[in-house]
Amino acid sequence: MSDLKRTVLYDLHVGLGARMVPFAGYEMPVQYPLGVLKEHLHTRAAAGLFDVSHMGQVILRAPSGRAVDAAQALESLVPVNLMDLKEGRQRYALFTDAEGGILDDLMVANRGDHLFVVVNAACKDQDIAHMRSHLTGACVVEEVTDRALIALQGPAAEAALESLVPAVTAMRFMDVAVMAWQGVDLWISRSGYTGEDGYEISVPDAQAVAFAEALLAMEPVEPIGLGARDSLRLEAGLCLYGHDIDRSTSPIEADLAWAIQKARRTGGAREGGFPGAGRILSELTEGAARKRVGLLPEGRAPMREGVQLFAGAEGGEAVGQITSGGFGPTLQAPVAMGYLPAGLATPGTVVYGEVRGKRLPARVTELPFRPSTYKR
Amino acid sequence: MKYTEDHEWLKLDGDVVTVGITEHAATQLGDVVFVELPEAGGEVSKGDEVAVIESVKAASDILAPADGTITEVNEGLADNPALVNEDPLGGAWFFKMTLKDRSVLDGFMDEDAYKALIG
Repeated sequence: MSDLKRTVLYDLHVGLGARMVPFAGYEMPVQYPLGVLKEHLHTRAAAGLFDVSHMGQVILRAPSGRAVDAAQALESLVPVNLMDLKEGRQRYALFTDAEGGILDDLMVANRGDHLFVVVNAACKDQDIAHMRSHLTGACVVEEVTDRALIALQGPAAEAALESLVPAVTAMRFMDVAVMAWQGVDLWISRSGYTGEDGYEISVPDAQAVAFAEALLAMEPVEPIGLGARDSLRLEAGLCLYGHDIDRSTSPIEADLAWAIQKARRTGGAREGGFPGAGRILSELTEGAARKRVGLLPEGRAPMREGVQLFAGAEGGEAVGQITSGGFGPTLQAPVAMGYLPAGLATPGTVVYGEVRGKRLPARVTELPFRPSTYKR
Repeated sequence: MKYTEDHEWLKLDGDVVTVGITEHAATQLGDVVFVELPEAGGEVSKGDEVAVIESVKAASDILAPADGTITEVNEGLADNPALVNEDPLGGAWFFKMTLKDRSVLDGFMDEDAYKALIG
């Protein structure tokens, strides 16, 4: 694993007994001795700490020193209303391509004099190049390379973080703030990737281990690996880039129309003006031919990524496929997401997934599988 | 107890061999969430995929260790797949079979050889 990068928390993971695996060019913990299942359940019952330092942290700064000018520039790459994003607030966004496919999904925060953007690890180099090639002149694109990113998720996350940074209790879901801990600035958002209430905290590399250790010293906080992160986000119905969404899926097909605010839609104040607007706006009004759905396999056999979906128990061509699937520890049942033709995408419809040569029934269902517990 | 290179254990009792997976295999798989068992009464050949085991991470096949006939399967395992992690060498046996040729047992590893394999 010599070409792989390590986050500043690498030694801490190894010391905690993590099994390290290659992920997006990094050596990352896939699980700790607790194991994926118990890590998942622990996060839902108490609090889980995740090292997400491999993700890209980027600052977009306009020459004017106003976040709204950086927002105006970034709006040329995403179908999202960023100019009306208030200071101290964060929003989900998507980089689209000229064909209306998805290049990556990201979080954008307004921090007064600049935007703070968090992108996926596997896409960060191309995202940064993409922003630099399209935004240069309007914005300076600075990659933040000296800070770790730690997620703290679950019902006990608030109390745990409060004991280090009391003011975090005042934050609501998708708020962002800069708060001091032991003399250093933490960049905190109240958000995450588990469907739980919680926070993501950007901390300078030099203090990251001490900060993580201070949280892990608390009884309700356990370290959680990538395995449970995946099953948690799946139960929460959240997309994983490169699996549920990619350049072959449009935001409408992916059922992410909610991320496209009125201002960017047909008839809105700043209609279109993003890559692939023709297709995406037309799908918004006409509907897309296929749609991402939740699927509950009726038996106990998990339906994993790549499983082909059929309309009937016998015969016919595949009509879609599973893009994420596995066992949902909170539901104690298999759960999956995949794409189906619009006519089969209505909740309650039964389709068939082919697992080891056998067609097994699965029911289309609303997402998320497990209601989220965000503090709105 | 005998062991295969596929991390299965075999226990001979009279003419019947009980088959399960080793503790090492169970640990490597992680939390088991689904087990699919063969039909009792079926004839199998060495290397046939006779059972499926799925953990939170992935699916794996359980292979027939030798030619023979499945005589009994552990139905309780389908209802409680977690038993594979809790008691891999005992309660979580997968199936029992009679062997076409009992001498094949001599070809499998003993405990010391298996321990050396997983070293």
